[in-house]
Amino acid sequence: MTRLFTVVLIVCIGMFGYAPFLIVNAPYESTMGLVQKIFYFHVAAALTMFLSAFVAGIASAVFLLGRRPSMDRVAVAAAEITVVLGFIVLVSGPLWARKAWGVWWQWDARLTSTLVMWLVFQSYLLLRTYGGPGSDRLSSAVGIFGAALVPFVYWSVNMWRTVHPTTNVVPTLDPSMRGPFLFCVLAFFCLYALLLMTRTALETRRAELDALYLSLED
Amino acid sequence: MKRLMCVLATFAVIMLASGRLSAWQPPAAQDGFVPVEQLGNEERLPAAPLVAGAYGVAWGAILFYVWTIRRRLARIERELADVARRVPPGGR
Repeated sequence: MTRLFTVVLIVCIGMFGYAPFLIVNAPYESTMGLVQKIFYFHVAAALTMFLSAFVAGIASAVFLLGRRPSMDRVAVAAAEITVVLGFIVLVSGPLWARKAWGVWWQWDARLTSTLVMWLVFQSYLLLRTYGGPGSDRLSSAVGIFGAALVPFVYWSVNMWRTVHPTTNVVPTLDPSMRGPFLFCVLAFFCLYALLLMTRTALETRRAELDALYLSLED
Repeated sequence: MKRLMCVLATFAVIMLASGRLSAWQPPAAQDGFVPVEQLGNEERLPAAPLVAGAYGVAWGAILFYVWTIRRRLARIERELADVARRVPPGGR
Protein backbone atom coordinates (compact mmCIF):
# COMPACT_ATOMS: atom_id res chain seq x y z
CA MET A 1 0.00 0.00 0.00
CA THR A 2 1.58 3.29 -1.07
CA ARG A 3 1.71 6.39 1.11
CA LEU A 4 -0.52 8.27 -1.35
CA PHE A 5 -3.15 5.53 -1.11
CA THR A 6 -3.10 5.67 2.69
CA VAL A 7 -3.45 9.46 2.72
CA VAL A 8 -6.35 9.42 0.25
CA LEU A 9 -8.00 6.58 2.21
CA ILE A 10 -7.86 8.54 5.48
CA VAL A 11 -9.16 11.71 3.77
CA CYS A 12 -11.94 9.71 2.12
CA ILE A 13 -13.07 8.03 5.35
CA GLY A 14 -13.06 11.43 7.09
CA MET A 15 -15.06 13.07 4.32
CA PHE A 16 -17.68 10.33 4.10
CA GLY A 17 -17.92 10.30 7.88
CA TYR A 18 -18.61 14.04 7.97
CA ALA A 19 -20.84 14.20 4.86
CA PRO A 20 -24.04 12.94 6.60
CA PHE A 21 -23.84 15.81 9.13
CA LEU A 22 -23.54 18.35 6.31
CA ILE A 23 -26.40 16.74 4.36
CA VAL A 24 -28.70 16.58 7.39
CA ASN A 25 -27.95 20.20 8.36
CA ALA A 26 -28.33 21.55 4.81
CA PRO A 27 -31.64 23.46 4.37
CA TYR A 28 -34.69 21.78 2.85
CA GLU A 29 -35.47 22.71 -0.74
CA SER A 30 -38.74 24.70 -0.75
CA THR A 31 -40.82 22.62 -3.20
CA MET A 32 -39.41 19.10 -2.88
CA GLY A 33 -38.55 19.01 0.82
CA LEU A 34 -36.75 15.99 2.27
CA VAL A 35 -36.48 13.97 -0.95
CA GLN A 36 -34.17 16.62 -2.44
CA LYS A 37 -31.47 15.33 -0.04
CA ILE A 38 -30.87 12.53 -2.59
CA PHE A 39 -29.29 15.28 -4.72
CA TYR A 40 -26.04 15.27 -2.68
CA PHE A 41 -25.16 11.69 -3.62
CA HIS A 42 -27.05 11.41 -6.92
CA VAL A 43 -25.35 14.36 -8.65
CA ALA A 44 -21.96 13.70 -7.02
CA ALA A 45 -22.09 10.09 -8.28
CA ALA A 46 -23.16 11.31 -11.74
CA LEU A 47 -20.25 13.78 -11.99
CA THR A 48 -17.82 11.08 -10.86
CA MET A 49 -19.33 8.73 -13.44
CA PHE A 50 -18.62 11.34 -16.15
CA LEU A 51 -15.04 11.70 -14.88
CA SER A 52 -14.61 7.93 -14.89
CA ALA A 53 -15.99 7.63 -18.44
CA PHE A 54 -13.48 10.27 -19.58
CA VAL A 55 -10.63 8.42 -17.87
CA ALA A 56 -11.72 5.17 -19.56
CA GLY A 57 -11.96 6.90 -22.95
CA ILE A 58 -8.63 8.73 -22.74
CA ALA A 59 -6.80 5.64 -21.41
CA SER A 60 -8.35 3.57 -24.22
CA ALA A 61 -7.23 6.10 -26.84
CA VAL A 62 -3.68 6.19 -25.44
CA PHE A 63 -3.62 2.38 -25.45
CA LEU A 64 -4.83 2.19 -29.05
CA LEU A 65 -2.35 4.81 -30.29
CA GLY A 66 0.66 4.02 -28.10
CA ARG A 67 0.13 0.29 -27.34
CA ARG A 68 0.84 0.87 -23.66
CA PRO A 69 -0.61 -2.08 -21.68
CA SER A 70 -0.63 -0.02 -18.46
CA MET A 71 -3.17 2.34 -20.07
CA ASP A 72 -5.36 -0.62 -21.00
CA ARG A 73 -5.38 -1.68 -17.36
CA VAL A 74 -6.45 1.83 -16.30
CA ALA A 75 -9.19 1.77 -18.97
CA VAL A 76 -10.59 -1.55 -17.71
CA ALA A 77 -10.60 -0.26 -14.13
CA ALA A 78 -12.27 3.03 -15.08
CA ALA A 79 -14.89 1.30 -17.24
CA GLU A 80 -15.87 -1.03 -14.41
CA ILE A 81 -16.14 1.85 -11.92
CA THR A 82 -18.23 3.79 -14.46
CA VAL A 83 -20.71 0.90 -14.45
CA VAL A 84 -20.86 0.85 -10.63
CA LEU A 85 -21.38 4.62 -10.41
CA GLY A 86 -23.90 4.47 -13.25
CA PHE A 87 -25.86 1.89 -11.27
CA ILE A 88 -25.96 4.26 -8.26
CA VAL A 89 -27.13 7.14 -10.49
CA LEU A 90 -29.75 5.05 -12.28
CA VAL A 91 -31.21 3.74 -9.02
CA SER A 92 -31.08 6.89 -6.87
CA GLY A 93 -32.55 9.02 -9.69
CA PRO A 94 -35.82 7.06 -10.00
CA LEU A 95 -36.21 7.03 -6.19
CA TRP A 96 -36.08 10.85 -6.29
CA ALA A 97 -38.28 10.99 -9.40
CA ARG A 98 -41.02 8.89 -7.79
CA LYS A 99 -41.61 11.64 -5.24
CA ALA A 100 -40.78 14.68 -7.40
CA TRP A 101 -42.42 13.68 -10.70
CA GLY A 102 -44.84 10.98 -9.53
CA VAL A 103 -43.24 8.31 -11.75
CA TRP A 104 -40.18 6.08 -11.38
CA TRP A 105 -38.94 6.59 -14.92
CA GLN A 106 -39.45 8.85 -17.94
CA TRP A 107 -38.02 8.06 -21.36
CA ASP A 108 -36.67 11.59 -21.69
CA ALA A 109 -33.32 12.67 -23.13
CA ARG A 110 -31.27 12.76 -19.92
CA LEU A 111 -32.48 9.49 -18.42
CA THR A 112 -32.38 7.56 -21.69
CA SER A 113 -28.94 8.85 -22.72
CA THR A 114 -27.56 7.99 -19.26
CA LEU A 115 -28.96 4.46 -19.59
CA VAL A 116 -27.44 4.14 -23.09
CA MET A 117 -24.05 5.31 -21.81
CA TRP A 118 -24.24 2.81 -18.96
CA LEU A 119 -25.08 0.03 -21.42
CA VAL A 120 -22.11 1.03 -23.62
CA PHE A 121 -19.76 0.55 -20.66
CA GLN A 122 -21.52 -2.71 -19.79
CA SER A 123 -20.81 -3.84 -23.36
CA TYR A 124 -17.16 -2.83 -22.85
CA LEU A 125 -16.95 -5.22 -19.90
CA LEU A 126 -18.84 -8.00 -21.70
CA LEU A 127 -16.54 -7.64 -24.70
CA ARG A 128 -13.58 -7.80 -22.37
CA THR A 129 -14.83 -10.96 -20.67
CA TYR A 130 -16.09 -12.93 -23.68
CA GLY A 131 -14.33 -11.26 -26.65
CA GLY A 132 -11.33 -13.58 -26.70
CA PRO A 133 -7.98 -12.61 -28.28
CA GLY A 134 -7.90 -9.03 -29.54
CA SER A 135 -10.80 -7.94 -27.35
CA ASP A 136 -8.55 -5.40 -25.63
CA ARG A 137 -8.33 -3.30 -28.83
CA LEU A 138 -12.00 -3.76 -29.70
CA SER A 139 -13.13 -2.80 -26.22
CA SER A 140 -10.85 0.25 -26.31
CA ALA A 141 -12.82 1.52 -29.29
CA VAL A 142 -16.04 0.97 -27.32
CA GLY A 143 -14.49 2.87 -24.39
CA ILE A 144 -13.75 5.86 -26.63
CA PHE A 145 -17.35 5.90 -27.87
CA GLY A 146 -18.59 5.64 -24.27
CA ALA A 147 -16.55 8.69 -23.30
CA ALA A 148 -17.80 10.55 -26.39
CA LEU A 149 -21.35 10.13 -25.05
CA VAL A 150 -20.60 12.15 -21.90
CA PRO A 151 -21.12 15.64 -23.47
CA PHE A 152 -24.40 14.45 -25.02
CA VAL A 153 -25.63 13.15 -21.67
CA TYR A 154 -24.55 16.35 -19.89
CA TRP A 155 -26.10 18.82 -22.34
CA SER A 156 -29.13 16.68 -23.22
CA VAL A 157 -31.19 18.58 -20.64
CA ASN A 158 -30.43 21.89 -22.40
CA MET A 159 -30.82 20.63 -25.97
CA TRP A 160 -34.08 18.68 -25.67
CA ARG A 161 -37.30 19.19 -23.74
CA THR A 162 -37.00 17.11 -20.63
CA VAL A 163 -38.51 16.76 -17.16
CA HIS A 164 -35.03 16.51 -15.65
CA PRO A 165 -33.61 19.80 -14.25
CA THR A 166 -31.15 21.62 -16.53
CA THR A 167 -27.42 22.17 -15.93
CA ASN A 168 -28.33 25.54 -14.37
CA VAL A 169 -29.18 23.94 -11.01
CA VAL A 170 -25.65 23.57 -9.65
CA PRO A 171 -24.33 27.06 -10.64
CA THR A 172 -27.41 28.75 -9.14
CA LEU A 173 -27.47 26.63 -5.99
CA ASP A 174 -28.00 28.42 -2.69
CA PRO A 175 -24.63 28.82 -0.87
CA SER A 176 -25.99 26.88 2.12
CA MET A 177 -26.54 23.89 -0.20
CA ARG A 178 -23.52 24.47 -2.43
CA GLY A 179 -21.03 23.80 0.40
CA PRO A 180 -22.36 20.32 1.30
CA PHE A 181 -22.78 19.50 -2.38
CA LEU A 182 -19.17 20.39 -3.31
CA PHE A 183 -18.00 18.48 -0.23
CA CYS A 184 -19.85 15.37 -1.42
CA VAL A 185 -18.42 15.77 -4.94
CA LEU A 186 -14.89 15.94 -3.50
CA ALA A 187 -15.59 12.90 -1.32
CA PHE A 188 -16.74 10.95 -4.39
CA PHE A 189 -13.64 12.05 -6.32
CA CYS A 190 -11.46 10.76 -3.44
CA LEU A 191 -13.38 7.47 -3.43
CA TYR A 192 -12.95 7.27 -7.18
CA ALA A 193 -9.17 7.74 -6.89
CA LEU A 194 -9.03 4.94 -4.32
CA LEU A 195 -11.15 2.55 -6.37
CA LEU A 196 -9.20 3.31 -9.54
CA MET A 197 -5.85 2.66 -7.81
CA THR A 198 -7.07 -0.61 -6.27
CA ARG A 199 -8.77 -1.88 -9.42
CA THR A 200 -5.74 -1.00 -11.58
CA ALA A 201 -3.50 -2.83 -9.11
CA LEU A 202 -5.74 -5.89 -9.54
CA GLU A 203 -5.29 -5.75 -13.32
CA THR A 204 -1.52 -5.35 -12.91
CA ARG A 205 -1.35 -8.44 -10.70
CA ARG A 206 -3.48 -10.32 -13.24
CA ALA A 207 -1.01 -9.34 -16.00
CA GLU A 208 1.87 -10.60 -13.82
CA LEU A 209 0.02 -13.88 -13.35
CA ASP A 210 -0.47 -14.23 -17.11
CA ALA A 211 3.25 -13.57 -17.65
CA LEU A 212 4.09 -16.23 -15.08
CA TYR A 213 1.84 -18.76 -16.81
CA LEU A 214 3.56 -17.96 -20.13
CA SER A 215 7.00 -18.45 -18.61
CA LEU A 216 5.78 -21.77 -17.22
CA GLU A 217 4.73 -22.93 -20.70
CA ASP A 218 8.12 -22.00 -22.25
CA MET B 1 -21.65 -21.03 -18.45
CA LYS B 2 -22.77 -19.53 -15.14
CA ARG B 3 -21.61 -16.09 -16.29
CA LEU B 4 -23.39 -16.48 -19.61
CA MET B 5 -26.61 -17.36 -17.78
CA CYS B 6 -26.21 -14.23 -15.62
CA VAL B 7 -25.74 -12.07 -18.74
CA LEU B 8 -28.77 -13.60 -20.44
CA ALA B 9 -30.89 -13.17 -17.29
CA THR B 10 -29.84 -9.47 -17.00
CA PHE B 11 -30.65 -8.91 -20.66
CA ALA B 12 -34.07 -10.53 -20.25
CA VAL B 13 -34.87 -8.38 -17.18
CA ILE B 14 -33.88 -5.17 -19.06
CA MET B 15 -36.01 -6.15 -22.06
CA LEU B 16 -39.03 -7.01 -19.89
CA ALA B 17 -38.67 -3.82 -17.83
CA SER B 18 -38.34 -1.57 -20.90
CA GLY B 19 -41.41 -3.22 -22.46
CA ARG B 20 -43.49 -2.72 -19.33
CA LEU B 21 -42.30 0.88 -18.84
CA SER B 22 -42.96 1.90 -22.44
CA ALA B 23 -46.46 0.34 -22.25
CA TRP B 24 -47.27 2.24 -19.06
CA GLN B 25 -49.52 5.28 -19.48
CA PRO B 26 -49.96 7.99 -16.83
CA PRO B 27 -53.44 8.16 -15.28
CA ALA B 28 -55.87 10.62 -16.83
CA ALA B 29 -55.69 14.12 -15.35
CA GLN B 30 -58.54 15.05 -13.04
CA ASP B 31 -60.69 18.09 -13.71
CA GLY B 32 -60.29 19.95 -10.46
CA PHE B 33 -57.06 21.03 -8.80
CA VAL B 34 -56.52 19.70 -5.28
CA PRO B 35 -53.78 21.42 -3.24
CA VAL B 36 -51.32 18.92 -1.82
CA GLU B 37 -52.05 20.13 1.73
CA GLN B 38 -55.68 18.97 1.36
CA LEU B 39 -54.74 15.46 0.29
CA GLY B 40 -55.26 12.65 2.77
CA ASN B 41 -52.21 11.06 4.36
CA GLU B 42 -52.80 7.86 2.41
CA GLU B 43 -52.25 9.78 -0.86
CA ARG B 44 -49.01 11.45 0.22
CA LEU B 45 -45.84 9.57 -0.61
CA PRO B 46 -43.40 9.59 2.34
CA ALA B 47 -39.96 10.86 1.32
CA ALA B 48 -37.92 9.27 4.11
CA PRO B 49 -37.97 5.66 2.74
CA LEU B 50 -36.97 6.96 -0.71
CA VAL B 51 -34.04 8.97 0.70
CA ALA B 52 -32.96 6.05 2.91
CA GLY B 53 -33.29 3.70 -0.07
CA ALA B 54 -31.16 5.94 -2.31
CA TYR B 55 -28.36 6.25 0.25
CA GLY B 56 -28.65 2.56 1.15
CA VAL B 57 -28.31 1.51 -2.49
CA ALA B 58 -25.34 3.85 -3.00
CA TRP B 59 -23.48 2.49 0.01
CA GLY B 60 -24.52 -1.08 -0.71
CA ALA B 61 -23.20 -0.87 -4.27
CA ILE B 62 -19.89 0.69 -3.19
CA LEU B 63 -19.28 -1.80 -0.39
CA PHE B 64 -20.26 -4.76 -2.58
CA TYR B 65 -17.89 -3.55 -5.30
CA VAL B 66 -15.02 -3.14 -2.81
CA TRP B 67 -15.73 -6.67 -1.54
CA THR B 68 -15.59 -8.09 -5.10
CA ILE B 69 -12.25 -6.35 -5.75
CA ARG B 70 -10.85 -7.72 -2.50
CA ARG B 71 -12.06 -11.23 -3.31
CA ARG B 72 -10.59 -11.16 -6.84
CA LEU B 73 -7.30 -9.74 -5.57
CA ALA B 74 -7.03 -12.46 -2.91
CA ARG B 75 -7.70 -15.17 -5.52
CA ILE B 76 -5.04 -13.78 -7.87
CA GLU B 77 -2.52 -13.48 -5.04
CA ARG B 78 -3.13 -17.14 -4.11
CA GLU B 79 -2.76 -18.20 -7.73
CA LEU B 80 0.39 -16.08 -8.13
CA ALA B 81 1.99 -17.71 -5.10
CA ASP B 82 1.00 -21.14 -6.40
CA VAL B 83 2.41 -20.55 -9.91
CA ALA B 84 5.55 -18.87 -8.57
CA ARG B 85 6.36 -22.09 -6.68
CA ARG B 86 6.07 -24.08 -9.92
CA VAL B 87 8.32 -21.77 -11.97
CA PRO B 88 11.95 -22.98 -11.86
CA PRO B 89 14.56 -20.55 -10.50
CA GLY B 90 15.62 -18.11 -13.24
CA GLY B 91 12.49 -18.92 -15.22
CA ARG B 92 10.82 -15.56 -14.60
